[in-house]
Amino acid sequence: MIKLTVNKKKRSFAGHPFKRLLDVLREDFGLTGAKEGCGEGECGACTVLVDGRPVNSCLIPVCQAEGAKVETVESLGTPDRLSRLQASFLECGGAQCGMCTPGMLMTASAWVKGGGSAEPKAIRGALAGNLCRCTGYQHIVESVAKCVKKKARR
Amino acid sequence: MPSVGRSPSRREGPDKLCGAAKYIDDYDFGPETLHGVTLRSTIPRGTIKSITFNPLYPWKDFIIVTSKDIPGENVVALIEADQPLLAETVIRHPMEPILLLAHPNRQTAYEALKQITVEYEALPGVFTIEESLAKKQLLHGTDNVFKRYLIEKGDVAAAFKEAAHIVEGYYRLPHQEQAYIENNGVASYVDKDGTIVVMGSIQCPFYVHKALMKAFHRDGSQVRVIQTTTGGGFGGKEEYPSIIAGHCALLALKSGKPVKMIYDRHEDMAATTKRHPAVVRHRTGVAKDGRLVAQDIEVVMDAGAYVTLSPVVLSRGTLHASGPYDCPNVRVRASCVATSTPPNGAFRGFGAPQTLFAAELHMEKIAAKLGLDSLELRRKNLLRLGSTTSTGQLLTQSVGAEEALEKTVKKSGYLKKRREYDAWNQKGSNPTWRGVGLAVCHHGAGFTGSGEVMLASRASVQLGKDGLVHVLAASTEIGQGTNTMFAQVAADALGLPLEKVVVDVPDTARVPNSGPTVASRTTMVVGGLVRRAALLLKADLRYAPKDLKKAAKILTKSYEVEYERPTDVVWDDKTYKGDAYGCYSYAAMVVDLEIDKLTYEVTVREVTTAQDVGKAIHPLFVEGQIMGGTAQGLGYALLEAPVYKDGFMANSQLTNYIIPTALDTPPMDVSIVEKPYSNGPFGAKGVGELPLDVPGPAVAAAVFHATGLWLTELPILPERLCAAALAEAP
Amino acid sequence: MRGAASSMSVLRPRSAKEALAAYAAHPSAIPLAGGTDVMVLWNMGLLNGRTVLDLSGVSEWAKTKKTPRGLSLGALITHQGLQQDAVVTTRLPLLAQACATIGAQQIQNRGTLGGNIANASPAGDTFPVLAVYEAVVSVMGPGGARAVPFSGIFAGVKKTTLAPGELIASVDVPFLAKKPSRQLFRKVGTRLAQAISKTMAAGLLWLEGGRVEELRFALGSMAPTVRRLSAAEAYVKGRKLDAKTVEEACSLLEDDVSPIDDIRSTREYRLQVSKNLLRSFLS
Repeated sequence: MIKLTVNKKKRSFAGHPFKRLLDVLREDFGLTGAKEGCGEGECGACTVLVDGRPVNSCLIPVCQAEGAKVETVESLGTPDRLSRLQASFLECGGAQCGMCTPGMLMTASAWVKGGGSAEPKAIRGALAGNLCRCTGYQHIVESVAKCVKKKARR
Repeated sequence: MPSVGRSPSRREGPDKLCGAAKYIDDYDFGPETLHGVTLRSTIPRGTIKSITFNPLYPWKDFIIVTSKDIPGENVVALIEADQPLLAETVIRHPMEPILLLAHPNRQTAYEALKQITVEYEALPGVFTIEESLAKKQLLHGTDNVFKRYLIEKGDVAAAFKEAAHIVEGYYRLPHQEQAYIENNGVASYVDKDGTIVVMGSIQCPFYVHKALMKAFHRDGSQVRVIQTTTGGGFGGKEEYPSIIAGHCALLALKSGKPVKMIYDRHEDMAATTKRHPAVVRHRTGVAKDGRLVAQDIEVVMDAGAYVTLSPVVLSRGTLHASGPYDCPNVRVRASCVATSTPPNGAFRGFGAPQTLFAAELHMEKIAAKLGLDSLELRRKNLLRLGSTTSTGQLLTQSVGAEEALEKTVKKSGYLKKRREYDAWNQKGSNPTWRGVGLAVCHHGAGFTGSGEVMLASRASVQLGKDGLVHVLAASTEIGQGTNTMFAQVAADALGLPLEKVVVDVPDTARVPNSGPTVASRTTMVVGGLVRRAALLLKADLRYAPKDLKKAAKILTKSYEVEYERPTDVVWDDKTYKGDAYGCYSYAAMVVDLEIDKLTYEVTVREVTTAQDVGKAIHPLFVEGQIMGGTAQGLGYALLEAPVYKDGFMANSQLTNYIIPTALDTPPMDVSIVEKPYSNGPFGAKGVGELPLDVPGPAVAAAVFHATGLWLTELPILPERLCAAALAEAP
Repeated sequence: MRGAASSMSVLRPRSAKEALAAYAAHPSAIPLAGGTDVMVLWNMGLLNGRTVLDLSGVSEWAKTKKTPRGLSLGALITHQGLQQDAVVTTRLPLLAQACATIGAQQIQNRGTLGGNIANASPAGDTFPVLAVYEAVVSVMGPGGARAVPFSGIFAGVKKTTLAPGELIASVDVPFLAKKPSRQLFRKVGTRLAQAISKTMAAGLLWLEGGRVEELRFALGSMAPTVRRLSAAEAYVKGRKLDAKTVEEACSLLEDDVSPIDDIRSTREYRLQVSKNLLRSFLS
């Protein structure tokens, strides 16, 4: 039995310890927000936070997440009550097809929480592990910058 | 307040942002669900001698489908009936589907593929345009040519005799992978009433519908295709879904259970369509003052093993081959040829990025040869009101090429940067070379020529019991903003607030056939239908109760309209003369880049672009299309190099097929130019493909400015720059 | 995704002792650290049916210790952890720089120093730096502990000189006795992040009275394993770095490397760029 915290809830997983964290989240916990885009840690669509840090959940057997605090896109907000970051993405056009979005948001949320700056070049560096084929990234960078600025204003 | 021209929130945005939007692999079809996988050819060309199943393997646990299980015709219905859904004996390309397996466990299904042995009799393959033209092996007909087009305007031969200068050029373009983040995937089940249902990541539900009817020998009511949230398409989900949907439905029909078929990245890249490689030759006659007097252009594209959409791709490439210029004498000879590689297909731009790269870079070459400024050369020859295109189309409205060019030149500081970088490059101690490059392109909106007439697209609106106006169309939301744009168009036509309009899911059982979601046609053509349908409803609403729920009790019918050819659009398919497109969109771009002298790595510092889209229904999304298309175009220009070995894609992984990250993509300064088109809704033209046309030639021009090196083949990899620099070195 | 979890056996030791015992008992097991390489192969379905030795619970191999000569970096320290270590960034700056070029944050947060070495890719991003810092790999196995100089840890592409049952415990990196006159790390990859290198250079140079006291220069992705340019290093020793000496050093570069054409780059490019980097470093 593997115990972990997912989106602030204590969960346990009784299946195979080598099942990928991504599959456990999607298939066993019903959290289909994280996506598989490549299965080789290249696209970042499966990004979740483990103990606050962005990681590719397609490269983590669930046994390595034992005792960890896992956060997925479902922890951020709901369609009726978007988080500040999600609202910034909606406003600035940060999501198009939406497939990279959950992973992108998780990397961005770690950036914002960690006190990352609103400087575009720095944001680009932080998001470099999340491929997006729709936006050309600029609206995503603007979304993150907007959120950082909103946070600072508060 | 009207919503057109503003940027309301993306309709499905909140769901996408919360992980609540459901892509096909997010659906749970219950514990009975099987997972389908595909056995594919491991040779490029030959025949199947035998297929052997390991006798010790528990095959009873699997559903096995071969071509014999196809109830209708073993063909992927598209333009020609040459491509089988499953190979019978003949193999024409690597990764060609041979048989299908399904099992409750996805990984077990993949493992089982290793227990099947296929014995082949291999034949030599043909892997390049040159090999195909040389008829190294005969793959098709008597000359390997699938399709030819000829455009003739004026008298090219006579004009060359008069020309002061003649400039020749040769340009070469590679494959390109769409690289949507969601791979191809579908699910299928047979409904209680026997209807075959396919759900999935699909650009064109009615293409799939048509293909299923043929393969399953059923009429339209017995087949149903529903689009699920789609994680990018870019053309890659235009025709290919007909294949994966056919496969999945075969497994569902045979098993009687729901079946999911989701490709992994390797399979998606190695087996599905790419942009057509092309070679383009230009021979151009120029008058003393820089006016173009003759363009003789030859285009050859690599279609791959089957016809698929190649004739249409080639057509668009042909029609754009002369660039956005007014030249009195033009000849374009174009063909696409067969090779032993997986079929190439639709990818944003659809043949135009290839031929426009050649046309635009050739303008740089002409300017260099004549000692002219390429900006001046363009100004002299650019399409304007009153110009005629290569097909003799007289442009009478909505021509924003000049405005886009001048705006881009001004905003980018192009002329100043040209001078500054010339000085920078003079100084040998600087660690980089710097350059700015310019390109201008046009892109026809909607289907070519008579295409829209033949499609006869339909769309409708209907007042629902919920008191909302429902837009019913087959055009899919694939990230570009269809849902929001349709709602804006309908709401403004009706004079209703945006919240009163919903756009229904494209489901072939519920929506009329609005044609495919391709060719920059969704806003201009289908948006136009939605507007007309909404106006019909509006007329009736005048006599109905103000409360829409009450009105819905009376106005129960569907307000459906069909495409009507604008009377001013006349085209002759036989001679390739006339109005190739209702109108064109125009883009100009300046790329500012820097090249490391030690490593030849190219850094794009900034992109400045202005694009004429007629009317930006949703300016934020238009900007998003421009930026996204630009990033794909920069990838095409600098990074994306599919490597083929014996017809197989050798780098079918995102690790080795390099698309730009956020760090590789420059800041972009985007201006929208609006030269309204009278036949588009609110003046709108197309924007989907145009942005991908411009970066390639602008990058190559900037590289030439920076280094003096002519790189006429994309991508301009550091390896190619290095080799060119070494070849030039004294 | 083709990895079948149900086909796998997982060993999960909680200490170094348990890890070594488990590995001894299952010599064909695949050691798993951060998983950024192993899991890629597993996702492709290439490791189905195997036993995995998950080292993530071996906390004693995830620590940094100061030694009299430098730092002993636990094999399980992540590339991100190395960048955050103030001693690494000040005393071993090239190592921190190299770690920052690995994949992107998601990979740096998982990938480990020891796992990267055990994977033995010709393109391992920390290797040229570890080569010029003259690191020593501490290995533990059935025969006890041994120290392997970094120059002796690789046997070829994806091959180490580790004996059966041996695991990497730490990487000991000595501080430089004297501040170098010049230092360099440069990765030339396929793009600016999430890239595998085409060539990669690390260099340290000490000048004394206008002459080369010592040069250490290593290249990655230029041979089956990381290479120090021993011929060039020996040639420049004691010489003034005039144009002729620099050119000779550049031409000697080829003595120590054997780059190839592959899907990422060409032999010609790799050689030319590597020479350019060396030339620029020495000039």
